[in-house]
Amino acid sequence: MKRSPLKPKGGLYYYMQSTSGIVGALLLLFMVIVSICAVFGWLPHDPLEQNVEFAMQGPSTTFWFGTDEFGRDIFSRSLDGMRRSLTVSVSAVSIAATIGVTLGILSGYLGRWFDQLIVRLSDVIFAFPAILLALAIVSTLGNSWYQTSLAIAVVYTPIFIRVARGPVLTVKEMDYVKVTRILGFSSLRILRKHILPNVTAPIVVQVALSLSWAILTESGLSFLGLGTQPPNASLGLMVSEAQPIAAFAWWALFFPSAFITIVVVGLNLVGDGLRDALDPARRSS
Amino acid sequence: MSVGERTSRILLSTPVLRIGSIFTTLFGISIFVFLVLRVIPGDSIVGAFGIETGVLTPEQIAQLKIYYGIDKSLPMQYISWMQSFLTGNMGYSYSTGISIASLTAKALPVTIELALIGTILGVVMGIAVGTFSARKPGSIRDFAGQLFGLMALAVPGFVLSTTIVTIMANKFHYFPNGYEFVRLWEDPWMNLQQMLFPGLVLGIAVAAPVMRTTRSALLETVDKDFVRTAIGKGVNSRKVQTRHILRNSLIPIVTMTGIQFGYLLGGAVIVENIFSLPGMGRQVLYAITKREYATVQSSVMVFAILFITINVITDLIYRKIDPRIKQ
Repeated sequence: MKRSPLKPKGGLYYYMQSTSGIVGALLLLFMVIVSICAVFGWLPHDPLEQNVEFAMQGPSTTFWFGTDEFGRDIFSRSLDGMRRSLTVSVSAVSIAATIGVTLGILSGYLGRWFDQLIVRLSDVIFAFPAILLALAIVSTLGNSWYQTSLAIAVVYTPIFIRVARGPVLTVKEMDYVKVTRILGFSSLRILRKHILPNVTAPIVVQVALSLSWAILTESGLSFLGLGTQPPNASLGLMVSEAQPIAAFAWWALFFPSAFITIVVVGLNLVGDGLRDALDPARRSS
Repeated sequence: MSVGERTSRILLSTPVLRIGSIFTTLFGISIFVFLVLRVIPGDSIVGAFGIETGVLTPEQIAQLKIYYGIDKSLPMQYISWMQSFLTGNMGYSYSTGISIASLTAKALPVTIELALIGTILGVVMGIAVGTFSARKPGSIRDFAGQLFGLMALAVPGFVLSTTIVTIMANKFHYFPNGYEFVRLWEDPWMNLQQMLFPGLVLGIAVAAPVMRTTRSALLETVDKDFVRTAIGKGVNSRKVQTRHILRNSLIPIVTMTGIQFGYLLGGAVIVENIFSLPGMGRQVLYAITKREYATVQSSVMVFAILFITINVITDLIYRKIDPRIKQ
């Protein structure tokens, strides 16, 4: 098929126009590669292996990020921790987005008592600081990775409800949607073909931002001792374990902290880039 | 919009229903909190006895259930919790034997003071950096300001706190939080020193979104006609900046500050634990590790009430700063 000069440019073209988007994508790509290495166990050392004779060593060619007080390799542990953080956050956000978007679209489209109920329910969850609610849920559920992600999912579901519901309320009153209803199209078809495409842009942006919050929440929980349990590595837990030794071994605190920061910065920049790329009003060309 | 929808919107906009809806939300919250913590029954016993729970006889367990008030049906448990919550003592903390109300009365002022200090520092930093950035969009200054905003967003509070503690205590030998906590009315100077670093950590978290909002609100207002008119008629530029531009950008800033306050309460859970401040966040975490559900339940409820109060106050403030918002 010949490409017409008038054919609109794809989303990727606009995404590549934004510097922050590119930088963010690169940072994120780096962290994803790092996690994949950890998934396949391509690590220079075993993240759990203790080696007291090498305890508290600074960064060197053998131990790139140094070692902690048990002689465990901080580089391997950071990679493994990043994998764990990403696993928890990605599954949490997937659950939250799926449930939240479905409920949001339905409640916006159906309206009436269903809408009232959903809005009230999300108000209830919104009334808690995220980490506090996650703490309370984890304390009853338990703290294996899927329970942690479930707790985080509950906390972030209402945000997706709100993000999806808003545009639906506007779109369903538009003439073209009213026409399809008069023509007798089924609700399912209207939702899928006419309403869903209009809410994808804000949702995609929200996914990137929520992932960054989920990572912060997960590491916060682990820091407080309610997420990943020792001896397993998690970025938040590593920061917590580094507390007593940070004065003599800065690397134990610095590297896991830097990993969290990099991935959160990356996700936020990707979010900014996506927002610019998907919002026609912000496109410069 | 149907007639029914329209009437309900009008009704919902009246203050009476606003208050009504706050109470419905609070009711929902109380049920939610109650149910979340009841997913696994009997855990207060496990919490108190640990592995020894296994050797308890069925009679002992039944007795303990009565002691902890978990022998009754769920609705009855809910009602008795609400009764004790509303009439004052909020139940008792089992490990210390003190009423949760008196624990809360001690802890809540600490958290509120911390939150206020955090918000003030955050708003001041956020507006300052945001204005600094917006003055010349696209410049190096703007880039620096935005970088600050991004880092403030991405560096978690516990990392910042741990770093501050390490540097201050070891390099400067200054660590007021190492001493026992003193209250504001006992020794204001010491208290403020103890609140400084945790407040700063929370303030930086608040500053990031406030900075972003300030920047974009300012950039939007600068292009408005009334600003051009003001400059055109020769109002001096400082006055245009403050009276015309900043004044009109305040509403999104106030909204953002209100929203951030909620997150800040969450941040307080972490920060209070690192800086050993005896506030609500510490109370909750302690109760969670001890599996004292009554304490967790009531404290989380207090957090939610605090959060909703903030929302109402935010609402009142923007009615004040924007006379256009009227019933």
